[in-house]
Formats: sequence, C-alpha cells, structure tokens
Amino acid sequence: MNASELVERDVIERVLASALRRGGEFAEVFVEDRRTSSASLDQRRVEELSSGRDRGAGVRVVVGETTGFAHTADLSERGLIDAAHAAATVARSGSGRTVTVSLGDHVSYVNKAEKPLGTVDKARKIEVLLRADDIARSTGGEITQVMVGLGESSRRILVANSDGVFRSDHQVRTRFNVQCVALGDTGMQTGYRPVAATRGFEILTDDAVAQAATGAARQAITKLAARPAPSGDLPVVLAGGSGGILFHEACGHGLEADAILKEASVYSGKAGQKVASDLVTLVDDGTVEGEWGYLAMDDEGRAAGRNVLIENGVLTDYMWDFLSARRQGRASSGNGRRQSYQHLPMVRMTNTYLLEGPDTPEDIIAQTPRGVYVAQLGGGQVNTATGDFVFGMTEAYLIEGGVITTPLRECNLIGNGPEVLQRVDAVASDFSMTPGTCGKDGQQVPVGTGQATMRLSSVTIGGTAA
Amino acid sequence: MSELLTIAESVVERAVGDEQLEVYVSRGIDTEVQAYQGEVEKLTTATSAGIGIRVLVDSPQGARVGTAWAGSLDAEAIDEALREARDNVSFATEDEFIGFATPDGVAAASLTLVDEGVTTTSLDDKIALAIDLEKMVRTADARIRQVDSANYSDYVAQAAIASTLGIRATYERSGAYVSVEAIATDSSGDQTGWGLSAGRAPHELDLDKAAADAVRRATRMLGAIKPASMRGVAVFDPRTTATLLAIIGGALSGSAVVRGRSFFADRIGENVAVEDFSLLDDPTDPRHFGASIFDGEGLACRRNVLIDHGRLQGFVYDTESARRAGTSSTGSAARGGIAGSPSASCRALQLAPGAFTQADILAHVGHGVFVESLTGVHSGVNPISGDFSVGITGLMIRDGQLAEPIREVTVASTLQRMLLDVTHVGNDVEWLPGVAAGQTLAVGDIALSGS
Repeated sequence: MNASELVERDVIERVLASALRRGGEFAEVFVEDRRTSSASLDQRRVEELSSGRDRGAGVRVVVGETTGFAHTADLSERGLIDAAHAAATVARSGSGRTVTVSLGDHVSYVNKAEKPLGTVDKARKIEVLLRADDIARSTGGEITQVMVGLGESSRRILVANSDGVFRSDHQVRTRFNVQCVALGDTGMQTGYRPVAATRGFEILTDDAVAQAATGAARQAITKLAARPAPSGDLPVVLAGGSGGILFHEACGHGLEADAILKEASVYSGKAGQKVASDLVTLVDDGTVEGEWGYLAMDDEGRAAGRNVLIENGVLTDYMWDFLSARRQGRASSGNGRRQSYQHLPMVRMTNTYLLEGPDTPEDIIAQTPRGVYVAQLGGGQVNTATGDFVFGMTEAYLIEGGVITTPLRECNLIGNGPEVLQRVDAVASDFSMTPGTCGKDGQQVPVGTGQATMRLSSVTIGGTAA
Repeated sequence: MSELLTIAESVVERAVGDEQLEVYVSRGIDTEVQAYQGEVEKLTTATSAGIGIRVLVDSPQGARVGTAWAGSLDAEAIDEALREARDNVSFATEDEFIGFATPDGVAAASLTLVDEGVTTTSLDDKIALAIDLEKMVRTADARIRQVDSANYSDYVAQAAIASTLGIRATYERSGAYVSVEAIATDSSGDQTGWGLSAGRAPHELDLDKAAADAVRRATRMLGAIKPASMRGVAVFDPRTTATLLAIIGGALSGSAVVRGRSFFADRIGENVAVEDFSLLDDPTDPRHFGASIFDGEGLACRRNVLIDHGRLQGFVYDTESARRAGTSSTGSAARGGIAGSPSASCRALQLAPGAFTQADILAHVGHGVFVESLTGVHSGVNPISGDFSVGITGLMIRDGQLAEPIREVTVASTLQRMLLDVTHVGNDVEWLPGVAAGQTLAVGDIALSGS
C-alpha cells in the first residue's frame, strides 16, 4: 500500500481547509503508518519477538508565531477533522471563513531496500542472532554474557499542506547490535557494536554480523585490563566513525536554527565568521543513501539536502526547518524531522560529518607524545547556550611516546564547543560513519555521524587517575 | 476506565486451547503549552490509546512468549496484534522461568492519584500559566537575557490489565508540570538555569518556585570558571541526588541482577553503603510522583526495602525475574508503554532522610564542590561495571559556604565506592517527578577534573 492511499486526496484537502477556517495561515497534515519488529537474544534465549504497528495523523496550524497541534489514531475523515479543529484552537481571529485548499501533484519517493520488514523469515532472523552469539562467545572465555538485538521498521509517511505540498515516502530501517559482558579479576566490563542503515535486512551479511560480534566481545575483554582514565587536560585522538559525535555535540545542536533564532546558541550571529580551525569542514547531509540518517524527504515534505555548515573553519550556514526558515524568509534546508505523527517537527540533524584531511592515522598517533586514543565514543550532551558539552568514551587507550598502550576505563570528556573546534589540529583520510540516536526535547530520531581519525590538541578527560 | 478493562477482557476471552493471554490497554490525554515572548509558541492537545498483547504457550521445556502491540484500539488493529503475537510465539526459546503474573493476594493500596483539576481547568488558564511563568522569569532580574522555553504540560493516563490467569487491574493517574529555562548574561557570557514545579493538577503548581529556581541557578552561574583538578567531597543537590538514586535503582532491578548485569549481584547481606544510607522503593507513598496502585503486570505495588542502614536487603522483581531468582514478584513490573514487555524496575525511590540540613552539610564539608546539574549521565555511567564520570555545573564550597560558580568540569568515581564514601545525608527531601525523590547528599573522595 502506498502512503498516499492511507488517506484520499480530497479528504486531506477538506481537512486542511477545515484547519484554516478559524484564520490559520498555514496548515499541514502528516500521516504515518509504521510497522516495527524486534527480536532479542539474551543468554542464548530468544527472549522476545515483538511486532508493532502505529498509525495516525498529526495536524498543525500556524498563525503568526503560534503553532497549534493535535494528533489522532483515527484516520477517518471525522477523526482528522476533529484533530484539525483541535489544532486550530490557537487561531482565534477568523470565524467560519470558507477556505479551499488544492494539493499539487503527488510526489512519491521510492524505497530501495532489498529486504524490507516482512520479507525475511522470522526463523532466519533467529539464526542470525544465534550466530552472533556463537561468534562473540568463541572470541574468548572471559565473555560471560551476550545480548543481541534486532530492530526493523517500515515507515510510510505522507505530508500535505496548504501550500499544495503532497508527498509521500517509505523509509525502511534496520538496526542490529551486539553487547557483551566480560568478567575478570577487576569486575565486569562491557563491549558494544551496532550495525544500522536505512536499508533492509540485507545489511546483515555474514561479515557484518561477524564483525559486530567479534568487535563487541574484543572490546569487553580488552577493557578488563583497563586502568582508571586520567583526570585533566590531554591531547585526544579520535578514531574515525564515532568521533563524529564530537561535532554533533560541540556544534551540531548549536547550529540548529531554532536555537539560533532564540539566541540560545553560542553560534547565534556567527555566520560568516571563523569558528573552527582551518581543518574543519562540516556537512549535514540527508542525501547519503542508506546511511542511518538518510532521508529522501524530511518530515515536512522537503527533499533532503547536503548542507555545508562550516567550511575551512568559517561558519557558512545553519540547519533549517519549515518554521524557522519561514521566519527568515528563506527555504528550509530539509532538516524538519519528528519522531512520529504524535510529535511536532523541529530542526534536527541527519548525517553530520567532517570532511577528510591530509594526515594519516598512523602519523597522527606517532606525533602524539602523550594523550588519549578514543576508539569508540558512546554519546554525549550539550548546553547550546553555553557551548559546554560532554561525550563519553566507551573504548579508549593511553598514547605514550606516540604509541597506543594501556586500555582505559570509561569516562566522559568535557569541553566547550567554540574552544574545542579551534583545537582540531590534525585530520586524516580514513573516513567512516557511525549510526546513533539523537534526543532533543524528548524526541528521538536516527542520525549518522562521521569523520576520519583526528586530533584535538587538548580536552579535559573526566577520569579519576592523577 | 472500565471501558479499557472491558476491551482487555474481551481480548483475553479469545484465548484458544491452552494458550494464555495477557492484555494491557492504555489511554492518555495530553496538553502541552510552550510560551515565548508573551505568546503561545506551541499548543498541543492530544488523546492516544494503544494495546499490548502477550501470548504464552506451554511447552515441554517451559513456555514460550510472543508479543505484539498497536497504537490504536480499532478492532482491526487489535486483531492484527493478536495474530502477530501468536505468530511470534513459535520463534521464542522455551524457557522454564517464563510466566505471567498470578494474583498473589496482596491488597492494592488505596491511593488517589488523579486530580480532576487537570480536566476541569480551562485551556485558557493552562495557557496563562505558561505565559505568566515566562513573564515572571523575564522580569525577575535584569541579567535574564532570554527565556528559551516556558512550558506547561499535563496528562491523564489510564490503563487496564487482564489475563487468563485472573489478573484484573485498572489504574489512573494525572500530572501537571511547569518548567522554564532561563539564560542569564553579563560581561562574562551566558549561563542557563532550569526550574520546575510538578503536581497532580494545575492548582498544585508553584510558579514562584519554578521561576525563582531558574533565575537563581542561571544568575549565580554567571562568571563560572573551570576550576583546578582536585580530589574531595562533592555535595549533590536534591535534583542531582535524585538522578544518582535512579541510576543506583537501575542496578537494583531484579531483571538486571538475574542476568548478572548489576554490580549488586550476589551481594545480598553485604554492607554496600554507609550506615546512614537506607533506600526504599515505595510506590504506595502518595507523596511520590512515581506512586502507583498496580504494577505493569497488574499486581499490587508494595513497599520494598532495598538497602537498610547500608546493608543490601533485596531487589525489585517482576514475575519472570523473580522466578529466575527463586523468589516471588515484588510488584515491581514496569512497562515502557504499550510496546514494552514488563521488566523489573524501581518506580518510587526514596532515601531515608538524614539528620542534616543543606547548610549543616556545607558547614561540615568545609571545602568541596556543590553539584547543581549533571550532563552526560547516559554516556558516562555504566551500571554494569559501576564506572561513573559526569559533567557538572555548580559552585565551589569554601569555609562551609557556597562560593564561586564552576563549569566545564567532571566528577568521577565508581558507583560502588560512592555508596561507601557518603558522608552526609540531608533531611531536605524534595518530591520530584521521575523514579526518585532527592535530598542533599555529600560524597567524599570524588575526582574532579578541571584545568
């Protein structure tokens, strides 16, 4: 079934017209039909296979600077009109004017997943989970526990608004992860590896599954020998991939136009200014097909874009959704996203990555006499108004005399975005991406982050060792 | 509410052969207002409903469970969920410990967790709360440059659980909140402060307190510096203590313990904390925002002592983790909405009040750091290994008094050590939304990483 078949064109036109009767300037209907399936393996037991379906619509009405929003699981014309009326309570001026809305041609994006949800045997999925467990356990006798998770989703969305936009998309995502616990003399340590893409089950090739399982197990075992991380300022080398979380936190959130327009970001008013070292060219790119943050169109019906945020250290542009762009009289950059039909869209990142630089990972490490090498980052948080952010290292090592040595226990690193961006002093060319989940105002969306191996001349390590 | 139970029962009655069914049905009504510059910026009104179905089939080596859910109560959606849940059963591993809750005779506490004020207060009055709150913050202090968001939100949530084993439970709760984030500025730059007030209905909200908290926190952080690294005492304020207790509560979940994924596993009877540390999970205490009559499997919630004067006394269990541990459920099953299967979780943690006011504690500590906010809790705390490292903002404590503000600094230790390094427990219990209440708590020998 196409998303456009969820609700008929003429019904949507009447719902939009009804939403504008009280004086709204803009109205939008967002329809979503999402199926999900998840499976988890814990201690070689398939604990649970779960299937879910969520279907409904969100209606928003904009009057001046005010947005009214209501959502419903009732996709009948009556249900949608009720939601439209509820959303329109913010518009108090107009009373019962007659409005007609006619939608433009329907644009439908095609999904290219080879094995979307519903096409792979459940028994086959269980095989893959068990195989990951076998591989992880065979990596070392220290592995006492293995948990494997699989989540698949198939999300059909339709966006129609009073400007005539009428578009639909079908997004298929697959996420697989392996978590291991290793037991040693010093207690338990954990290892984690995700595999995730905006594709179907085909991403779980034998190689991908084996790499995730071995990687998670090795990480847990390695950390058994970990020493407390240092406390204080040191140079930090971030391995390619998950290090992109640094940019997601250090400046990504601060470059979202909602924070900019409220002057609640340290990057407000900095467009055109030098905000980072020359080595920093940062891009937010929803068009990278198959990546975890890939979108054909955003949740406001705008085609995803490749947007250069910082070029050679100079802030070039922010990320925009429909409302923030409208306020500035410009076009959205395709960054309007929402967790589900029950949420309002807001400015969100897609795939945010640093372009490659001239160095090699080997040289960067060799030219670091003493520091920390972070092989995997685990997430972070930022205060956009002050620019202070943290990010956690889930696998890290000391660098001594230009050589990677002792593994370190987990801890957070802390820094200030504008300061840390200036301290990027080496970037290599071994680019890779990592999938993640980004939370903002209670909404979770899939995002990608990426970079090549790079170095920060100094960051505060939040460990316990002197 | 009885309507939800009727729906749940009607699905339970469709059980065929020897299959068992457990059905969870929920419905919510939500309102959210965000004010900005004296106007409504966003207004959301919504109702939602859904169903979660678990099917269990006995097999020679135990039983298998399959689950499915739907975000609507349409007949078609329910049929599909039941069909999917049945289909999922055959793929699960047989497990002798898997089972649904059976009525255990424990009487449900008599609690009123709904205040009609949520539904009788007009939308205009709710909007006025958000707008007033924003204005109060903007006009409180000349250094307040911006109010990022001023919010009012409320909900009424209802749920029913029924099963073929005779479980019949319904419950309902309401909540209302205001929260506000202020940005203060001076020549040293911007700082933020966040304030909130929570109740079961709008009339319980204290806007003055929420506004004053946001303003005080933002303005007293002005000029914050990155302090030198040190090792010493960290005094956590009630909000940050509540976060710490919630993390510790996670490690006290029977579901984590029976899987060996808690640093508390196999330590029952040991002294895991100092003598003054007694931790209770009591959803029958109506003062707690986590109070509940029934758990996520329809058993009565009850008072569970977890740590008694430092001694590890017990864990919270749902049915499955209890069976695995050879004990019985403590009425502590929680589900993350319709899509989540039950697992054991604390829901109303409280630390027994100590003998000290916050001022006493600061005076006793003399020198250290006062922690007002935590960042990176999800990235810097590992509840399996116990590693603990979080970003903080707060104030230095000098000569027993709060002194200069600090930022861009972390505090680190391990959760195991922190419980044994507690030096003072406050008597200033604050009932906060979330899993845990909080009070001032001083923890010694913390590593502070700054410049």
